[in-house]
Amino acid sequence: MELEQLEHTATAVRRDIVRMVAAVNSGHPGGSLGCTDFLVALYFDVMNLKRDADGKVIFDMNGRDEDIFFLSNGHISPVFYSVLARAGYFPLSELSTFRKLDSRLQGHPTTAEHLPGVRIASGSLGQGLSVASGAAYAKKLNGDKSHVFVLMGDGEQQEGQIWEAAQFAPNKKLGNLTAVIDYNYAQIDGSTRNVNDNRDLGAKYRAFGWHVDEMKGNDMADVVKTLKKSQEDPDVPTLILMHTEMGYGVDYMMGSHKWHGIAPNAEQLEQALNQLPLTVGYSDY
Amino acid sequence: MKKYEYTEKKDTRSGFGAGIAELGKTNPNVVALTADLAGSLKLEAFIKENPERFVQCGIAEANMIGVSAGLTIGGYIPFATTFANFATGRVYDQIRQSVAYSNKNVKICASHAGVTLGEDGATHQILEDLGMMKMLPNMTVINPCDYNQTKAATLAIAEHEGPVYLRFGRPVIPVFTPADQKFEIGKAWTVNEGSDVSIFCTGHLVWESIKAGEILAAEGIEADIINIHTIKPLDEEAILASVKKTGCAVSAEEHMLNGGLGDSVAQVLARNYPAPIEYVGVHDTFGESGTPDQLMQKYGLTADKIVEQVKKVIARKN
Repeated sequence: MELEQLEHTATAVRRDIVRMVAAVNSGHPGGSLGCTDFLVALYFDVMNLKRDADGKVIFDMNGRDEDIFFLSNGHISPVFYSVLARAGYFPLSELSTFRKLDSRLQGHPTTAEHLPGVRIASGSLGQGLSVASGAAYAKKLNGDKSHVFVLMGDGEQQEGQIWEAAQFAPNKKLGNLTAVIDYNYAQIDGSTRNVNDNRDLGAKYRAFGWHVDEMKGNDMADVVKTLKKSQEDPDVPTLILMHTEMGYGVDYMMGSHKWHGIAPNAEQLEQALNQLPLTVGYSDY
Repeated sequence: MKKYEYTEKKDTRSGFGAGIAELGKTNPNVVALTADLAGSLKLEAFIKENPERFVQCGIAEANMIGVSAGLTIGGYIPFATTFANFATGRVYDQIRQSVAYSNKNVKICASHAGVTLGEDGATHQILEDLGMMKMLPNMTVINPCDYNQTKAATLAIAEHEGPVYLRFGRPVIPVFTPADQKFEIGKAWTVNEGSDVSIFCTGHLVWESIKAGEILAAEGIEADIINIHTIKPLDEEAILASVKKTGCAVSAEEHMLNGGLGDSVAQVLARNYPAPIEYVGVHDTFGESGTPDQLMQKYGLTADKIVEQVKKVIARKN
């Protein structure tokens, strides 16, 4: 997809995010807005997805011969759901059921409701890198040349299981794995530096045997370029430190961890939507 | 009392090893994983013949569970193996979210369960695993009783789609079930028919229940001995049919009483057919170092203890 279209799509996704969380007065807009450009780049440009003859995406749990993505920091489900819907995995109108009773769009993503596009439950942090490593391992066993992507939070790097997986993936030569960290230095109780400093994440992953790269997560061109480059070495996995701003696109949400897990009120919603004008040809859910 | 004989004693973990070795030949989707316990889990034969389908995870059980969940997404059937303590308590949340809630076709295969692990002591002697695993929605929980049943169960769970917890152990015990048996998940096995008391037993306590049945028979008490190898889904029909015949029950398991098989049986009875029940199991305490036999004695996991509880429960019948 052209860069300009990716950016228009990202704006539509950001509108979905703030509307979804405002509608139920719950959810996590901050990280969702920060990771929007990444998820849009992934699903609308970088990943090769399984499609039917008409070009419509098809969901197959096994994900054979297609690139697959895992969301480890499941709380940013609003951006995941919006991107999946806009990529064609389920009707856009279903976004209005987010976090409501009997919805397939649970607070945190799950396979339990059989929502197309979701391959694992996430929410309890620290598990996605292991799951993605297993899926990458399966692809290698299958002789499947496609790629596995996983997104984690930077606060999530405090979980011990991450480092078990970080040690496993390079030792198993999982070059078909790209792990991305949403590097916004924000977690519920404040700055990651104050809560429990991750210190030099790049140096840590490098010491574990990963290629380490960085990208500007709210610069679409840089995101696309860096993600593509991450797939080049078949034997060494790549870790990307994705510098983002929590709440990106909505001025009053930026520069603070406070919008990690709270929803805007009606007035704030209107203010947010005014800052995210829809392009002609795009519509809200 | 039906006569049970044996010609050899073997550990149930070796039954698992034989089962997974056979699966290595017959099912190309089976992958074995371990967390630095390949020898203890008897994986040598599988590894020798299928090195590409063996994943050594090192001492990192949480990651092993997550990797297993990921492998299912590529169509594989991962058998994640370690000691029962590290296969459950250590990784409960990983199993809960990445396996049970996500409903992944992962087989968690756990050796060295219970006090019969022996000299290593309480840190390794998990007695809460069945309880933790049976509480998880989507999880099937199996605790076979000897080498042959463990091998048969290992083959059966590969055919079953969904998460499974398979529990076995370290000590050598009599091999008394047939080598050619077909293991039916969720279908209790009637070891002996009797009309005075129902003994619901699982794992290593099945042989103890047979010995108890012989002692009781000599005293004129006929025990209906039912092997509940599948803790979940529980064969409620078999439990109710037996207790409707006998009017009382004893459960026998190498597990904590809170949350064990006995609790499951009691719940079935309380809901459908209230009858007296007594329990053989471990009472709210950790284990300790000792030989398996010494520990079975000290923690009351013996044929004599089953006999004692049978007499107690029969006395409570009206």
